[in-house]
Amino acid sequence: MKGVERIRRLLGKETVDLLLLMVLLVLIFSFLSPRFLTAANFASMGYQAPLLGLLTIAMLAPMISGGLNLAIVYTANISGLTMASIVLAFGGPEAGTSAILLGAAAAILAGAIAGAVMGLIIAYVGAHPILVSLAMMIFLRGLGEFLTRGGDVSGFPAEFALLGHGSLLGLPAPLWLFAVVALAWQILLRKSRHGFSVYMVGSNIRAADYSGLPTRRTLVLIYTLSGVVCAIAGILMLARFNSVRVGHGEALLLVTVLAIFLGGIDPFGGHGKVLPVILAILILQMLSSGLNLIGANPHLSTAVWGLFLILVMVLRSEQFTLFKKRKGIKT
Amino acid sequence: MTSSDVTDSQQYALRLVGVTKIFGGVRALNNVDFEVRRGEVHCLAGENGSGKSTLIKIVTGVHRPEAAERMELFGETLDTLTPVIARARGVSVIWQDLALFPNMSVAENIAFDDMVGLAPRGVDYADMRKRAKAVLSKLNVSLDLSASLESLPIAQRQIVAIARALMNDSQLIFMDEPTASLTQSETDALLDIVRTLSSEGVAVVFVSHRLAEVLDIAERVTVLRDGCLVDVFPTAGMTQSRLGELMTGHVLDEKVVACDKQDAPCVFKAENLARRGEFNGIDLSIHAGEVVGLIGLIGAGRTELAHAMTGMTRLDEGTMHLNGQPFAPSSLRHAIAQGVAYVSEDRLQLGLLQKQSIADNTVISVLDRILNAVGLISGRQKNALVCDWVQQLGVKIGEPDDAISTLSGGNQQKVVLAKWLATEPKLLILDCPTVGVDVGARAGIFRIVRDLAEQGLAILLITDEVTEALFNSDRVIHMHHGRIVDTHDPRKISVNELETAIYV
Amino acid sequence: MSDFLRHRQVEFRLFVVLLLSCIALGITTDTFLTLGNLTSLLNNNSVNLIWAVGLLVVLIAGGIDISFAVASSVVQFVAAKVLISLGGGNWVLGFLLCGSVGILLGLINAFFIHRFRIISIVVTIATFNVFFGLLMWLSRGRSIYALPDWWTERIILFEHQSTDGTWSELILPVAVMAFCVGITWLLIRRVNLGRQLYAFGDNPEGARRAGVNIAAMQALAFGWSGLMAGIAALMQVNIVQEVVPNALYGRELEVLAAVVLGGARLGGGKGTITGCVLGVLFVAVMQNGLNLLGISPFAFQMLIGAAILVAISTSNISLGELFAERSRRQET
Repeated sequence: MKGVERIRRLLGKETVDLLLLMVLLVLIFSFLSPRFLTAANFASMGYQAPLLGLLTIAMLAPMISGGLNLAIVYTANISGLTMASIVLAFGGPEAGTSAILLGAAAAILAGAIAGAVMGLIIAYVGAHPILVSLAMMIFLRGLGEFLTRGGDVSGFPAEFALLGHGSLLGLPAPLWLFAVVALAWQILLRKSRHGFSVYMVGSNIRAADYSGLPTRRTLVLIYTLSGVVCAIAGILMLARFNSVRVGHGEALLLVTVLAIFLGGIDPFGGHGKVLPVILAILILQMLSSGLNLIGANPHLSTAVWGLFLILVMVLRSEQFTLFKKRKGIKT
Repeated sequence: MTSSDVTDSQQYALRLVGVTKIFGGVRALNNVDFEVRRGEVHCLAGENGSGKSTLIKIVTGVHRPEAAERMELFGETLDTLTPVIARARGVSVIWQDLALFPNMSVAENIAFDDMVGLAPRGVDYADMRKRAKAVLSKLNVSLDLSASLESLPIAQRQIVAIARALMNDSQLIFMDEPTASLTQSETDALLDIVRTLSSEGVAVVFVSHRLAEVLDIAERVTVLRDGCLVDVFPTAGMTQSRLGELMTGHVLDEKVVACDKQDAPCVFKAENLARRGEFNGIDLSIHAGEVVGLIGLIGAGRTELAHAMTGMTRLDEGTMHLNGQPFAPSSLRHAIAQGVAYVSEDRLQLGLLQKQSIADNTVISVLDRILNAVGLISGRQKNALVCDWVQQLGVKIGEPDDAISTLSGGNQQKVVLAKWLATEPKLLILDCPTVGVDVGARAGIFRIVRDLAEQGLAILLITDEVTEALFNSDRVIHMHHGRIVDTHDPRKISVNELETAIYV
Repeated sequence: MSDFLRHRQVEFRLFVVLLLSCIALGITTDTFLTLGNLTSLLNNNSVNLIWAVGLLVVLIAGGIDISFAVASSVVQFVAAKVLISLGGGNWVLGFLLCGSVGILLGLINAFFIHRFRIISIVVTIATFNVFFGLLMWLSRGRSIYALPDWWTERIILFEHQSTDGTWSELILPVAVMAFCVGITWLLIRRVNLGRQLYAFGDNPEGARRAGVNIAAMQALAFGWSGLMAGIAALMQVNIVQEVVPNALYGRELEVLAAVVLGGARLGGGKGTITGCVLGVLFVAVMQNGLNLLGISPFAFQMLIGAAILVAISTSNISLGELFAERSRRQET
């Protein structure tokens, strides 16, 4: 028990709790499905989790800054669409590496622009992030549907699929991509001046302002970078599904919010770490794969996500701990 | 006519016996008794954090006490108090933070308490306006009843809050710092109303840090210190300094330390500074090693001046020089870089980030200095900087990574000082630096201020407390309605003279 | 009138924009300003308006609700099943059933928001998914067509045949919508409960100290939104004459956009029925206009999104003001 306490202090309380939850899930699902504890299942999770992971990371920094980015999925879609149209313009399946790189650059630019516009409005007009990102989400969805007429865009070079399906040193390529982005995000948030500002803006923007931090620039940058990570997610989506459809991955929005709260991020901003969120992503991926393996109805899974989100918030809420304490005193 | 020996409970508007309230392990009120007679003007005195507001919140049912032997309103013993019960018995409050509704109209703010309750009933706007108007005319003011509250200046919002408390036929009214932002004539009008109410049999509990005002209007004063009852005293024969001693528990042995620093090099010089609606024609110079006290009523434009001096707002007119160089800061960051630091008046909300750690709060303004070779924050340098300042200022902390909220008010304020001193300023502006800091710690903070001045720092000390300005500055500047009206030499003026100059 | 302009800037601006768009559409198309088009505009938007006034109440109280459209789907499904099993029922039973199921769903939101102090956007994102997931799972995604006759029967309140022989008509949902708008107006303007909702959204701590029952306010706001979702559900079936479980999915954003365009503020304390109605009409006219002008329906969402972005960027309700306010002494 002492050992657990020590690890808990070293890694942080939420990390240990999440590790325990993860072990529990593995046990439950291995009991329910013989296919859960197999290399094939874990490999498939390794290919699936990075997409959720990237989108969650895109949601993370705005959350820590006290805001929210509801437009993540559609920013990813639009970025993917930007890349797709460039690759198609350069010959589709025959397009060369330079066209792919150009397309990726354009996708990242598109994501950055979408993010920057939100950041500018939030920072300089002072509008509510929920409202701004919701409007951006409606706009991007409309734009995407307008451009694609609601259909699929497909036909890309075969090499490009490697990013989605290939592997490097025995690990899935998407996992590498995610690892790089997550590491960069960790350094950005915990080590850079900008990251420091993000936490301060999230805990009290006016006090941060009174301390001489560039709060507005911080907000613009956060949302721009969030857009860039969405774009990377969009590129990955393109590579994995070999097509773009606006609305693809729509359901992931809820799961990213869930991952973030499961990872112990303060919903009012100012606190939160990257590592517990990554654990939360893995847990949710296990839950998703596990539900899939035991043949649960996908709609039932949606409901389970929602219930799980409520449960996590209830368990994390102060009211709940107060409740527990009060009970503790009585007994 | 008082017959103080009659203990008939009908005699009392309010009786509390043995009230205890605990917040997060801290006893905000410890076994306190509090009595107010009918028709009495009673003063509740105590320093910030002594439990005055908590007591008011208990009487009005906002907080439930952990323990209370007896709670009586107008002779009726009550087991529990809720805002609705309290108001139904005739208790109303003017809250220090007003607790009004910015988007609602003036009339509705004044009459809001009638809306409370779950039994549905109609809202008669015409009647509401009529009654609001009647109350305002009692106060001798007229306001645009349909204007939204947020469009009013703060002094008028204060009047709305007063009107709201007078609206119900209250028999017991708490006034928490009701005159803080009022002009003299508005204050006089309010004090007249308090007297009238009292003669009509309404009890008024008055909280104010203007002790002269308190002694003038109240019959008795209850003094609280650190959540405990000191005692109840008649105001007859009470002096301001005696009351001050009772509140702080210390004999105030402060003395004037001022000396003439006019020969030292001029660090900051401002000529004819003006910002529309805030201040006008301000000439100000601060010399190296000099502490300049800036006093005046709330709304006199002191904080506004400080904001303009630190680049947080733009000047409409005037020029500033810092160490002989033209100084026109475009932002607070710019001002910091040039060597100006500003300790804001609202430590809780603006001075510190309460959610964050002591270390983060210390380094927030000097991130540039703790970067490593690749431009990332160096944990080692951060720790070194924090430890250095903690030691220099004698801040009592556990771990640098503990939340700032674990510190006492005095130690928090020292962290604020450390944060700004770390920027190596030439001019330090302190805006009410001792609000919510207990007496012992105040002395500690002013000792630091003195030391800093001796090291050659120019300091502008904005304060509400006359004594604070008098005993800690080399020169006292009096600001009124956005203008500097007078300069005093602390060696040549007494506390009473200075108070008269400011409040009358 | 000047008083009106001072307090209702957003509404006035929106009214002018709406009027100008109507005039422009009247000139550029020959169908927009016909009785037939205008009545069908009302018929088609009655459900949106019912939702909108429910949402308005939540926004005024400082919350947000994105679960109401899906809640309506749940109500429809439950009501259809119960009514069929009861052998049909009637309008009274329909209103009672839909209303109470709707209120119940709203109260679920209120419970989690108040009891555990979870922010409303998170709770309603969660309930949105729970409601929708469970509904799709339990209904297996199947629509219900065999509905009681009284429910699907068209009740025409007004009809008129123009000279060229086309019919224009107003149907029952329009009257119900008008009733919902009116009763919500009564609630938020004319009854003490509504004023407490404004106060709670405006300054929660001030409201608490004044003795406003916070739990009751959350229950009232989300319960009202639920009630409106229930009534909207009943009316929507009356219009489309079928229960399709996923038919209303996604409609919440359009309604939220309209209410926000009408000047309701996220964060509470602001918002009027006039603005709300104008907002919904504006969105409706835009959609109708694009349609009549032959512009791709896919452009509609894009324009709505852009309109909100422009509206919030040009509005003066802002944190920017808050920043400017720091020069003023804080009320401590």
